Amino acid sequence: MMDFLQRLGATALGVTERIGRGHLFLLYVLGGFPGLLPRFGLVIKQIYASGVLSLLIIAVSGLFVGMVLALQGYNTLVDFGATESLGVVVALSLVRELGPVVGALLFAGRAGSALTAEIGLMKATEQLSAMEMMAVNPLHRVVAPRLLGGIIAMPLLAAILSAVGIIGGYLVAVGLLGVDEGAFWSQMQAKVDLFDDVASGVIKSVVFGFVVTWIALFEGYDAVPTSEGVSRATTRTVVHASLAVLALNFILTALMFGDD
Amino acid sequence: MMQSRGVQIWVGLLVIAGMAALLMLAMKVSNIRVFSAENGYAVSANFENIGGLKVRSPVTMAGVVVGRVSEIGFDSEIYEAVVTMNIDPRYDNLPEDTSASIFTSGLLGEQYIGLEAGGAESYLHDGDRIQLTQSAIVLEKLIGQFLVSQADK
Amino acid sequence: MPEAWVRIRGLRYARGEQVIFEGVDMDIPRGRLTAIMGPSGTGKTTLLRLIGGQLHADAGTVEVAGENVAALRSKALYRLRKRMGMLFQNGALLTDLSVFDNVAFPLREHTRLPERMIRDLVLMKLHAVGLRGARELMPAQLSGGMARRVALARAIALDPQMVLFDEPFTGQDPISLGVLVSLLRSLTDALGLTSVVVSHDVQESLSIADYVYVISEGRVVEHGTPEALRQSTSPWVQQFLQGQSDGPVPFHYPAPDYRADLLADDRP
Ligand SMILES: Nc1ncnc2c1ncn2[C@@H]1O[C@H](COP(=O)(O)OP(=O)(O)OP(=O)(O)O)[C@@H](O)[C@H]1O
Ligand SMILES: [Mg+2]
Repeated sequence: MMDFLQRLGATALGVTERIGRGHLFLLYVLGGFPGLLPRFGLVIKQIYASGVLSLLIIAVSGLFVGMVLALQGYNTLVDFGATESLGVVVALSLVRELGPVVGALLFAGRAGSALTAEIGLMKATEQLSAMEMMAVNPLHRVVAPRLLGGIIAMPLLAAILSAVGIIGGYLVAVGLLGVDEGAFWSQMQAKVDLFDDVASGVIKSVVFGFVVTWIALFEGYDAVPTSEGVSRATTRTVVHASLAVLALNFILTALMFGDD
Repeated sequence: MMQSRGVQIWVGLLVIAGMAALLMLAMKVSNIRVFSAENGYAVSANFENIGGLKVRSPVTMAGVVVGRVSEIGFDSEIYEAVVTMNIDPRYDNLPEDTSASIFTSGLLGEQYIGLEAGGAESYLHDGDRIQLTQSAIVLEKLIGQFLVSQADK
Repeated sequence: MPEAWVRIRGLRYARGEQVIFEGVDMDIPRGRLTAIMGPSGTGKTTLLRLIGGQLHADAGTVEVAGENVAALRSKALYRLRKRMGMLFQNGALLTDLSVFDNVAFPLREHTRLPERMIRDLVLMKLHAVGLRGARELMPAQLSGGMARRVALARAIALDPQMVLFDEPFTGQDPISLGVLVSLLRSLTDALGLTSVVVSHDVQESLSIADYVYVISEGRVVEHGTPEALRQSTSPWVQQFLQGQSDGPVPFHYPAPDYRADLLADDRP
């Protein structure tokens, strides 16, 4: 019993300490943001690495998510004779929830794990130490551009996922299920609001991009510098980042759509 | 900084695609609010019952959206709902004796206000009140009346 | 003897239970080539990291150019490091940059030189280590010895006042070894560079060094000029110089008795 209590206490302390270190890490990294402006090429390289390389999986996933939404939504709506609302169902689900959330989960798996492995290996092969000895702060030179790149790439990817998803939903609804094309778009336009829905979806995706990239970079930077340590850190990134996205999504949704 | 052109071109494409997606979400998927509370004009109306009407519900005329509900209040002296609507300034020639009714789109759809033009010469202005109103049809009430009338037979 | 550029006094450093240094005093003279020798695992790399300010002593002081490294705030530490180059034992090249960009890295980070001038400087440094032709290669395409030579070119890219070389000679064939030895020598003599060379290679170290420190088991066992060291009567030094496995310097990491270990039947 005492053993259990002790272990619980030790775990709690360890977790708290890690969270503290994570925030300190973030603080140092953010200190490097002003220095990135004159060297935006570094950030562009990272937008490429996390954004462009995730584009294919994001677009393909968006297409299928939108198509399934249309199929499932149709089956439900047809009972109420409200199939012209299909466009609304597809668009709202994507813009408010699935675009940012599915986008962030895919981003954590595709770009987040790659970031952790990259930083972890740079640490294991002493590249970060070497930079420090060359009087270059790796938090500013290596980590900061990656964080900013993730923050910029994520909302673009989420918007693309939503847009492609709506097109996928349109193809299934109008092409396959025979929903009236005019009703599909006009109902959607009547019910989806630029600020309440589209903008809050964008805000969500910016927050998710920030959190996923932060977790991924910290896990890499904090990894035990061995192959095993890096591989564990990579797994942790995917698990922790996904959980963080789901939990934050609930909180943000409650904040933004709660009082309606 | 050495940087391959390929990387820059691809990032440019990503940004363009993302912006295009956002533009599509703004223009085709959602309704950009062409007029906002500042540049529209406000008209109010009293209803006995507004049913499920909400702030931001559409206000239509001949099926065209001409404005939105901006505020819903309650007049505690006459026990009626006071609905304030914001009308697009393009439609500044609504006759004074325009009537407002609350309709439902479809059987279970959302409720909206339908305006019907009268024949007066002068027009509605900011702060005016619409006199002729018809309340929402509340389904439960209707079913209740129907059952009562059946029982009477 | 010129003044000491690096001055270490009463250094103690431990990793957990394991005490790596205990009461080490050291003076590394300015503008000379100092060799640090010692058996594998005694903490030579650790010593370089202490000098570079990446690790902090538990007790005692490490002074570089008159400044206590451990007490420096990060700005001042970075300013000091710009005057200091370090060659890592495994090279530690930045894997996402080509050989050229690796050598150009410190120049691009710390100077505003035009690209043409950077190109000239980089090619000069690469030429000095014999790898001008390898500039387009990525670090993954290099052999260990080549990677270390690129790292050496990078360490001297900013023309620092002091360079710490961690095992520059391992993995080099006799020809490149000869070139490297004379390169280190001429850097020191021509540019007045303060060089610290960590090495196992007794003959090479004794032949190029102006001054030698031998460390073992957390202490400085012997120091002096190469001549003095060859004459030393210390059994430690003689064993180390002659490479005998038997003697006061243990070849083995601390372990229980060999026979007892083999006979003990503790297999599961
Ligand atoms: N990250 C670390 N964590 C724990 N112990 C370490 C770590 N790095 C080094 N050590 C220990 O510190 C001691 C000194 O290591 P160091 O790398 O300085 O040796 P070295 O003299 O450079 O050896 P070599 O000549 O083989 O490179 C070793 O005994 C090693 O066990
Ligand atoms: Mg070493």
